[in-house]
Amino acid sequence: MSAASPLLSVERLTMRFGGLLAIDDLSLDVAARQITGVIGPNGAGKTTFFNCLTGFYKPTIGSIRLNHPQRGVMRLEELASHQVARTAQVVRTFQNIRLFPKMTVLENLIVAQHNALQHASRFSLAGIFALPGYRRAEQAAMDKAVGWLKRLNLIDKADTAAGDLPYGMQRRIEIARALCVDPLLLCLDEPAAGLNPRESAELNELLKHLARDEGIAILLIEHDMSVVMNVSDHICVLNYGRKIAEGAPLQIQRDPNVIKAYLGEEDADEELHPEAVQP
Amino acid sequence: MTTLVLAHQGISPAERLKDAAAVSFVALLLGIPMIGLTTVDQGGALRIATRWPMLFAFVAACFAGRLLLRYGLDHWRLRKLAREQAVAAAGARSLATSPLLTWIGWGALGVSLVLPIVFSDNRYVVDTATTVLIYVMLGWGLNVVVGLAGLLDLGYVAFYAVGAYTYGVLATQLGWTFWQALPVAGLMAATFGVILGWPTLRLRGDYLAIVTLGFGEIIRVILVNWTELSGGPNGISSIPRPSFFGLPFKPPGDDPTFASFFGLEYSPNQRIIFLYYLILALALLTNLFVSRMRKLPIGRAWEAMREDEIACKAMGINARNVKLSAFAIGAMLGGFAGVFFAARQGFISPESFTFNESAIILAIVVLGGMGSQLGVVLASLVLVLLPELGRDFAEYRMLIFGAAMILIMVWKPGGILSHREPTLRYLGGGKQ
Repeated sequence: MSAASPLLSVERLTMRFGGLLAIDDLSLDVAARQITGVIGPNGAGKTTFFNCLTGFYKPTIGSIRLNHPQRGVMRLEELASHQVARTAQVVRTFQNIRLFPKMTVLENLIVAQHNALQHASRFSLAGIFALPGYRRAEQAAMDKAVGWLKRLNLIDKADTAAGDLPYGMQRRIEIARALCVDPLLLCLDEPAAGLNPRESAELNELLKHLARDEGIAILLIEHDMSVVMNVSDHICVLNYGRKIAEGAPLQIQRDPNVIKAYLGEEDADEELHPEAVQP
Repeated sequence: MTTLVLAHQGISPAERLKDAAAVSFVALLLGIPMIGLTTVDQGGALRIATRWPMLFAFVAACFAGRLLLRYGLDHWRLRKLAREQAVAAAGARSLATSPLLTWIGWGALGVSLVLPIVFSDNRYVVDTATTVLIYVMLGWGLNVVVGLAGLLDLGYVAFYAVGAYTYGVLATQLGWTFWQALPVAGLMAATFGVILGWPTLRLRGDYLAIVTLGFGEIIRVILVNWTELSGGPNGISSIPRPSFFGLPFKPPGDDPTFASFFGLEYSPNQRIIFLYYLILALALLTNLFVSRMRKLPIGRAWEAMREDEIACKAMGINARNVKLSAFAIGAMLGGFAGVFFAARQGFISPESFTFNESAIILAIVVLGGMGSQLGVVLASLVLVLLPELGRDFAEYRMLIFGAAMILIMVWKPGGILSHREPTLRYLGGGKQ
């Protein structure tokens, strides 16, 4: 954890659905320019945590504070989902990929830049007559989209409908689309699900690159331990909505509580091997 | 490969014969009372007569028909399978524009431009073409809401009515002209679009359809009952016709008229042709406007909203604004069409704005292929001309109409033109 104040600090977050306590008193800090892994068995409340963070759910109790470098401290739990992405620049992907399937890959990435373009189009008036200001904004959006497509090796598919592409590629498109929103914090919900070993190795490199070189903080939900343990600087383990462990990857692998949560009571001395925890 | 496919898809000749025999057996059972036996009037008393040869012919026709149908279906399936395999082999389907569609579009424009010149003496043809164009314009307007934004609106006729009545009231009570009332009526309809949009923001699919259906009825019922404003069931009559830049279409009198100004001989068809070109211009403007909007951020946001609303929110798009703008713009275009309708008819009443109209406009959008501009034109032609051509068939007309719609949906489930043109491309320098 860096010495400076964290980018995101979650305090005493609780989310209750009727009688179900999906998240129970969760406190967590996310540092800037680092990758924070969130792991835990199915139903541990990881996706619910993301939904609270990105404004899709209103948490029952608790605060989520984002230390925005330009806009100061923002309370994410008070923002609507589109404001979280637009003003707080916290952008997410989804566990079950949510692209715009009939639109082309390039269009998907341009839609992600809607707010900048809409502003440049001046209520569509400048846009409808294609005034120079709007044309420049459109070209800039295009350049940004093409830039990410090239870096994520998707440029060949720019004009193909996103829904027609293979699964692994769709995962990458979703990440590229999220990057087009200019995230400070990128929340990835199981980005390696359904990827083959080569693809997840590429994903590892991409995530490391984004955090180190682009300065994007990443919050990562993942079941694939080869990804989580490899890329995370810090890991938080959830079980039944509670945080049961937190620390560096090596520390987490040896934590008796984590092993118990994943493997049950008996084999408490067994190490948390990547193979053993694959769902 | 082919034999393998045959084994899966086709059936042997013996099986085909058996299948056809089973069908003709059913035909025989049904045919004995319906065709084989008939009553004849013989000197005041009814007697039963038999028509075995006719029954035999009927059963034989069923047998042959079934064989042919079966053969045709198998053949069609095989070809479809082969086509799918070819597409799969060529990789993901390409989104390239079909040059044929472009030619059809320009061809349709050319035909629509010369049509009233060719048929200048035939009032019926020009009138029918005007009706087609009204539906084309309504279809393009509704396409924004249903085709692009994916909001199923069953009450679109309400905005059409708002436009028509706004012009009707402004013209008859305040003496406004067509051109003065046109923008006001558009704004009025857009306002009603927002009024409908607000309470339905959280609704989707079937639920939205029910609320919009109700909204359409509310407007109609208000028009029937608010007698002081709308004239109630009697409607508004003697609405002024649009003039040609201040020159009315009238028999020669004291004031200059269109005919006297241009030194032409007066003919009532001049007004009909003018109205035709007016709606053509309005419809083409609508098309240009909607096509351009589609390529702007707001248009892409509409389409993205249709594809996945949650993903839109996660990208920072304000779903409320996007939906309301789709409702408002769709309603505005419907309002413009309404103004034209009132000006053309000279008389409006709630009768013209029933659910039936909404259903036809929606059918045009769905049948044309959601979001396709050219598809709307083709579907309007089918839906307006089919009942017209079917006039000779009298009471079977709606039957033919229904059967044609079912056939189109079976043949092309995505609509006549389900192809979607990307709003911008990477290849070829970037811009569309």
